[in-house]
Amino acid sequence: MKREGSPWTGLWAVVFKELADNLSSTRMRLLEGLIFLTAVGTVFAATQTLRTVAEPAAQDPVIFLRIFSLQVRLGEAELPSFVAFMGFLVPLMGIALAFDSINGEYLRRTMSRVLAQPIYRDAVLMGKFLAGMATLATTLTALWLLVTGLSMIRLGVVPEPREVARGFAFLLATLAYGGVWLALAMVCSVHFRQPATSAMAALAVWLFFAVFWEILAGLIFNVVSAVASGGPEAADALDRFRLFLSRLNPNTLYSETVLVLLNPEIRTLGPLLALVVQLEAAGAIPRTLLPLSQSLLLVWPQVTGLVAAVILLFATAYVLFQRQEVRA
Amino acid sequence: MTPVIETQGLTKQYGSIVAVRDLNLRLQAGEVYGLLGPNGSGKTTTILMLLGLTEPTAGTASVLGFDPLRNPLEVKRRVGYMPDSVGFYDELTAAENLQYTARLNGIPAADAGVRITEVLARMGLTQVAHRPVATFSRGMRQRLGLADVLLKRPEIAILDEPTMGLDPEAAHEFLELIRGLKAEGITVLLASHLLHQVQAVCDRVGLFHRGRMVLEGTVEALTTRVLGGAYRIRVEARPDNLERTFRSIPGVVGVVAERPGLYHLEAQQDCRSEVARRVVSEGGQLLGLGLERSSLDDVYTRYFQEARGEA
Repeated sequence: MKREGSPWTGLWAVVFKELADNLSSTRMRLLEGLIFLTAVGTVFAATQTLRTVAEPAAQDPVIFLRIFSLQVRLGEAELPSFVAFMGFLVPLMGIALAFDSINGEYLRRTMSRVLAQPIYRDAVLMGKFLAGMATLATTLTALWLLVTGLSMIRLGVVPEPREVARGFAFLLATLAYGGVWLALAMVCSVHFRQPATSAMAALAVWLFFAVFWEILAGLIFNVVSAVASGGPEAADALDRFRLFLSRLNPNTLYSETVLVLLNPEIRTLGPLLALVVQLEAAGAIPRTLLPLSQSLLLVWPQVTGLVAAVILLFATAYVLFQRQEVRA
Repeated sequence: MTPVIETQGLTKQYGSIVAVRDLNLRLQAGEVYGLLGPNGSGKTTTILMLLGLTEPTAGTASVLGFDPLRNPLEVKRRVGYMPDSVGFYDELTAAENLQYTARLNGIPAADAGVRITEVLARMGLTQVAHRPVATFSRGMRQRLGLADVLLKRPEIAILDEPTMGLDPEAAHEFLELIRGLKAEGITVLLASHLLHQVQAVCDRVGLFHRGRMVLEGTVEALTTRVLGGAYRIRVEARPDNLERTFRSIPGVVGVVAERPGLYHLEAQQDCRSEVARRVVSEGGQLLGLGLERSSLDDVYTRYFQEARGEA
């Protein structure tokens, strides 16, 4: 039976309400503070290193992009790069924004009152998701501008358009990555009635992919390679299999995307990467920078994978939510 | 007059449990209808089906001429619903909570401001309009819930357990507010398990038992039908052997001596003056005489006693 009326009725009311909630919540302020400190810390450390290295800064054509990905040694300790920090702060932020979005409404007993207004459930779920994405986008853009601005002051160099373009692509990729965790937390918030359980479940998934997936993938790979036999073709297939396994992890997809976007000299991903780097170092291949369009082509599958994960997770949340009984 | 709410054979099953069975409900415009019964007898499920928030297993419903399943938006635009133990966003103020409802209803901002002031004043919440709802008492929340319903200027107001958790005085005030809705021409459907509390405001009631509507009609009609006599007269008199005297009064169908000197008469009409006359003419002392309103609780209990007895 077809229902009448637009599923978008009331969508913007929900979006603006949720956005206001997100931006004013203590939870967001804490995360913003954390990210701000990270940004300032890594930028200062990175620019310090860049200023003191033997090679004058001006000779590096994409010096601005180095700030994002430079790993800094501070005495004995190694400070992770800005990108590495984002790799775990962005999931945390995505999860923090959405882990109680649906079950929180049930808990406050506002759900049936909101659904008794002339809107469909679609508007509630979509509105909350869009508001989450908008919050992520706002925070990440502010952060990106902050890093770029600080670097300009510290380095005394103005970024070139291609650096800005790559930085912007990096921003969008990070947003898609954050979207994956936001959508995941949303699924948890629909499925689990207690916000604490939902937060734990979302964090468990994140931890699984951050720590255990590589181990598990290694185990699977070992089992498969033990039974596999054949010539070089089989070995090649095995390599591809290993790569396939590791790319089921959104973290891998994101780190590969960022690696290519922020390092224009990277021409390939996967097993050939090490070889190409070696050949370049030996001078067998000229060391050149890829134009942005080529880098984008290179990571297109990864980005598609991230966006697909967002859509898939959101669709799961949607189906679960539509089938849920309203009464708590 | 066409009914504003009409259901035919409305049924909802959760697995093997039947929450609502074959319900035929008809509400006329402007009446206050009480959907009464104990917890878990299917009242809330019925309401959710009327609002299109849950899908019936069988049967049809029509609310103001719309099918809630196919066109829930049109239904919800015209029907206000206050869920049981209504919740608000605690960190927002009363006015901000209502503003969100206004936006969800697509009420233009300028109009919304006027309406919010109006409904808050009507519910006596003007003083606390800009205080966070977290600081509200149960009674204030309940009144804010009614303000939330009135904001959209509904044709029908559906109130689920409106007096639950309120102290007697607050409950009484709240029922007064509901009576005010009727005066405005709003049809009210209220669900409650506190039968005696809401019977005074209901024009008609439907008694629910295990998903089935077992009795329907005005409170008077139901008491006459189930309790036999519609009048319960309480007599305090001496000496304490007047039972037979009372039984011989025309219209009296039952006499119960609660304790020596205290009788409860069930009568088909108001025969208080005849009772007084008999007591005096027998040389007795009349110490007290009064009419007791029979309560729906009695109806409910009695009906199921009989139903069990027959089964």
